[in-house]
Amino acid sequence: MSTYDATGNATRRPFSGRRVRPGDLILQVVAGLAALGSVVLVGLIAYKVIEGSRLSLSTFGLSFLTTTTWDPVHNQFGAASLIFGTVVTSIGALILATPLALGVALFLTELAPSWIRGPVTALVETLAAVPSVVIGLWGIIVLGPVLRDDVMPKLHSGLGFIPIFGPSSTGATIFTAIVVLTIMILPIISSISRELFLGVPSELKEAALGLGTTRWEMVRGVIFPYARGGIAAAMILGLGRALGEAIAVAQVIGAFNGPIHANFFGPGNTLAAWIATEFSNAAGLELSSLFYCALILLVFSLLVNLLAQWIVRRVAKKQGLAQ
Amino acid sequence: MSAADFSALQRPNDRLRRRRVANRGMEILAWLAAAIAVGILGIVVWSVAKRGAAALNLGLITKSQVQFALPGAAEGGLANAFAGSLVVVGLATLIALPVGILVAIYVNEFAPPSIRSFVGLTLDVLNGIPAIVIGIFVFGLLVVGHGYSGYAGGFALAVLMLPLVARTSIEVLLLVPGSLREASLGLGVPRWRTTLGIVLPQAIGGIITGAVLAVARVAGETAPLLLTCAVGVSNNADFNPTHPLQTVPTAIFELSESALPADHARAWAAAFVLLMFILVTSLTARWLAERTRRKLRRAA
Repeated sequence: MSTYDATGNATRRPFSGRRVRPGDLILQVVAGLAALGSVVLVGLIAYKVIEGSRLSLSTFGLSFLTTTTWDPVHNQFGAASLIFGTVVTSIGALILATPLALGVALFLTELAPSWIRGPVTALVETLAAVPSVVIGLWGIIVLGPVLRDDVMPKLHSGLGFIPIFGPSSTGATIFTAIVVLTIMILPIISSISRELFLGVPSELKEAALGLGTTRWEMVRGVIFPYARGGIAAAMILGLGRALGEAIAVAQVIGAFNGPIHANFFGPGNTLAAWIATEFSNAAGLELSSLFYCALILLVFSLLVNLLAQWIVRRVAKKQGLAQ
Repeated sequence: MSAADFSALQRPNDRLRRRRVANRGMEILAWLAAAIAVGILGIVVWSVAKRGAAALNLGLITKSQVQFALPGAAEGGLANAFAGSLVVVGLATLIALPVGILVAIYVNEFAPPSIRSFVGLTLDVLNGIPAIVIGIFVFGLLVVGHGYSGYAGGFALAVLMLPLVARTSIEVLLLVPGSLREASLGLGVPRWRTTLGIVLPQAIGGIITGAVLAVARVAGETAPLLLTCAVGVSNNADFNPTHPLQTVPTAIFELSESALPADHARAWAAAFVLLMFILVTSLTARWLAERTRRKLRRAA
């Protein structure tokens, strides 16, 4: 008792507010390192891909993007045909998948009887889980022959005056790749759209219906404008997935890398598919050129993702202000 | 009063009729879209099941692969592929699960808001990088100079899994009620013990189901393994991750490029096993995730 100080200052440690315990510090540092690691990883991916493509970058420069020759014998490489194939198949898939996906999302949020919603939502999301190699196997053995024998000849005879519906001889074509990619990105776009549509305030929908609009007019006048930004972001994410798909496309597109042609019913190739099929027997400048292809793909995917993120953030901010 | 007095009111005018027809047409299109989406899944699963089940036997996972099997020759299996997939996916999970959880802990429990959104953006970017680019990255990082190996394949899949695991872990940790943290901290429990002993156990169910979904997702990945681990493989079952390893998806890919019907039959059988594994695990995980989420919401 004799050491007791009336003010308590001597026996009480000064209260600093933040006492760092060693355990806290260790956990914070370890977890922080993991987070830092994932940031470093993205940089390392970019660095390694650039490093691998340096030889091809210095040899061909930007002309790599505009020439179509791929000739390992004479060491001449260009990716224009691959870039064309990548853009055409992805955009084609996006054009086919978006209306389908919006239809599915509208069905699930506005039309379906409640007992059907859960199961159909689960089934559509299950479609996203089917591995690309299985879709590709199905695409080349089941889908390809059907398109070759029934669909493509009919489109050619009916719309053959448009160059993209040219003559077909095989089931492994750009069109087959577009159909396969459509199947793969449909669930991505539809599940994001479904969540967007669920987020539309029901007062708005009810107000429109109360004014005597039909259900479709309500969808066009209320739901679509409300979800416009989100739908754009969903489409961009689907596009990103289609751009980078290698295996399923490699299986169905016919492994052709030559002059650019407009016929969708002929074989073609994409950046990702070409890397997957050529990688095992490439070396030297050809290997470096494949890294260059990967670099183009990486830039595409970064642009696409950042654009989608930007749209999402902008929409979130706008809706946050509106509420 | 005759009915004629009201006929003008009862008869919809042309404009209204057109609007109703447009509405009905769009409703039918939406039904059709849903039918197509579900129909495609049905057709894919049915074609794989029909062809796969016919070629399915126990030899598929127990017998060694026979290269270029001639018709009538001894039937080979894909024991090497199943062993390799087990090793590579196992390795990927061992790497990605702890790292992903740690990233989520940092983001949720320690990081200031600006860093939180930056790490979130990084994870989205990482998630958006095509698998083939990840493959070529790991080739440049681990295969050049060291050769193809199960380790390289496992690392490539781990890079694909990391954003998936981290994202779901962040979401689940966010659902843990703040009052639990406050109660624990208020009792004087250090922050690290609060995080590991109170918060994490609440969320672990959701984190595990997220990890299972990620496993289902990468188990079917082909492109990165083609570039990192499935080159120059043994025909026999091999569990050594320092060797190049065959895996189920890369085996399906190679067999699908073959011209022999026997190879196609084995490709379908392997695709059937892979698809069933993925569908069963992902549907179960989804169902469990929904249950955990509901439980946590009720608690909150």
